[in-house]
Amino acid sequence: MSFDAPIKAIGEKDLVAPKSTFKSITEAVSRVTENPAPKGWWIAFLTAFSFTGVLLGSIGYLFWRGVGVWGNNSPVAWAWDITNFVWWVGIGHAGTLISAVLFLFRQKWRTSINRFAEAMTIFAVICALIFPGIHVGRIWHAYYLAPIPNQMGIWPNFKSPLLWDVFAVSTYFTVSLLFWFVGLVPDLATLRDRAKNSLRRMVYGFLALGWRGSNRHWQNYERAYMILAALSTPLVLSVHSVVSFDFATSVEPGWHTTIFPPYFVAGAVFSGFAMVMTLLLIARSVFKLTDLVTMTHVELMNKIMLATGSLVGYAYAMEFFVAWYSGNEYERYVFINRATGPYAWAYWIMITCNVISPQLFWSKRLRTNIPLSFVVSIFINIGMWFERFVIIVTSLHRDFIPSSWGYFHPTLIDITTYMGSLGLFFTLFLLFLRWVPMIAIAELKSILPEADPHFGEHHDEAHEGDSHGEPALATSAEGH
Amino acid sequence: MSVEITTVSVPEGRPALLLAEYETPGACMKAAAKLRDAGFTKFDTHTPFPIHGMDGAMGMKDSRLGWIVLVMGITGLMTGIALITYANGIAYPIIVGGKPAISIPSYVPVCFELTILLSAFGAVFGMFGLNKLPRHHHPIFESDRFKAATDDKFFVSVEYADPKFDADRTPELLASTNPNHIEIIEDTES
Repeated sequence: MSFDAPIKAIGEKDLVAPKSTFKSITEAVSRVTENPAPKGWWIAFLTAFSFTGVLLGSIGYLFWRGVGVWGNNSPVAWAWDITNFVWWVGIGHAGTLISAVLFLFRQKWRTSINRFAEAMTIFAVICALIFPGIHVGRIWHAYYLAPIPNQMGIWPNFKSPLLWDVFAVSTYFTVSLLFWFVGLVPDLATLRDRAKNSLRRMVYGFLALGWRGSNRHWQNYERAYMILAALSTPLVLSVHSVVSFDFATSVEPGWHTTIFPPYFVAGAVFSGFAMVMTLLLIARSVFKLTDLVTMTHVELMNKIMLATGSLVGYAYAMEFFVAWYSGNEYERYVFINRATGPYAWAYWIMITCNVISPQLFWSKRLRTNIPLSFVVSIFINIGMWFERFVIIVTSLHRDFIPSSWGYFHPTLIDITTYMGSLGLFFTLFLLFLRWVPMIAIAELKSILPEADPHFGEHHDEAHEGDSHGEPALATSAEGH
Repeated sequence: MSVEITTVSVPEGRPALLLAEYETPGACMKAAAKLRDAGFTKFDTHTPFPIHGMDGAMGMKDSRLGWIVLVMGITGLMTGIALITYANGIAYPIIVGGKPAISIPSYVPVCFELTILLSAFGAVFGMFGLNKLPRHHHPIFESDRFKAATDDKFFVSVEYADPKFDADRTPELLASTNPNHIEIIEDTES
């Protein structure tokens, strides 16, 4: 059975509610950007925007006073800053997984959620990029991160995974942004053509680049989309692998492990899907998009969370096994200390949220339960933040020499910076919901049954169209 | 067959395009195949989403985009190799971890990322370049009906500049493909 077969023929359920038409999809998605914002949007936006202000204030204070305003100390030199960085980058990964990997696997259900998830990727990576930028201490030297010729003739060290990270995360951001924009162009043209006032017509018209739905354009467009998906797939796997090299290439017990790259990638996808779920369930009910984002989507996403959550649980168990099996007493101590030491509370929060809570989704009744899906997605978001906290802080706080052991306490500025980054994320996300089509209109239309050019024909005629594929100028050319 | 034909005129314009509107992707594709078989080359279809089989129905060759991406990808890889070799091998050699100044394994992540980055630039800007976009002033935008091309209608456009174009017979040919409507669109240029 070819993957272009109608979805019913391969035993799948409807991907959008059965009565949807081209018109109803345009209408349902576009009206969100055209109607006045609901009151709830304004409340959420002003709250998020206030937290963005808190972020800017915290960063300003950090620049003024120095990194001492955070709780980072001498054994624990990396703490919430890098925890937040890794957490945010990880969240981004689900967006690329949905937009690129599921595209290559012809998972047509992704169409309802990919725009949404890609936007989440971009905003999460923006939040992530803040942290390595501001944690450098001497902010006026932040440009040392980039390979820029300077008057001292100094170049960055290309053998350092921290430099690889600069390249990986900035490439990831750029490619995700381009991929997102390419996907948006036809939908921006839809908004341009529906525009009732000249401002909207000008802004959306400018951004739509004069898109006119030409098939000569669609051909290159579809090719570009496929190439971008094929490029993004290894890219997304590389990004969190490179992030994990920041730890894995060190000699720190608890970090120096070869399991890190796949373990980080699985965790990234896991946390990202949880964030997509959280946001999607809210947007779906606020903007009444239940016809387009159906229970099928929720269930499939929960299955992915179950799979990646189990992978993460396996990685946790494997780390313990290897720590024991290695025979290295420092390595062994780090893991015993994680589960029973001063940070045991963080470790067990992580296990509860990440390993135990997704196991509920083995039951079909539970994974199709919307309130439960929402609660579990929040649990996973929390659990994955704690995973990074546990990896970073518990490994650092007791290293080789007991005289240098310590404990990390977050300061108020740690907390406000983190809360502020959530504020920035939601501010950007709410603006996106309001001004950009949050569901890929053109793509969603293309998976409707009537999008098939042979829709409604009898079966024996169905192959006639294939002959169009041949260079058949000779078949019936009468000319004029 | 009675299909209404109207004209979208602009001041000092001359007819430039014939635009036929269809209700379904199938009707649009059949019309495109008919034009192809009649030997037209300067025609196009405009649809809210890409339609499977339309490239064949229009007699189009495969996209050349892949070659642009290949060239850009190789450029990215070479840029990475050159940058690292120059920066850490020639201009500012640093010995870290007992490895030589030019240490190939450590090249991999940065070279990989630059290959991906430049390939993506090639894919996106190459696509817009091949499509000659942005272009905000196409005569087809004079038509009000054409706004539905991004919503739920399917269009075929034929340029008057096509060597096969005939002011009487081409509208007849289009009318025989069962469109909702046909428009003649004027343009000041050409």
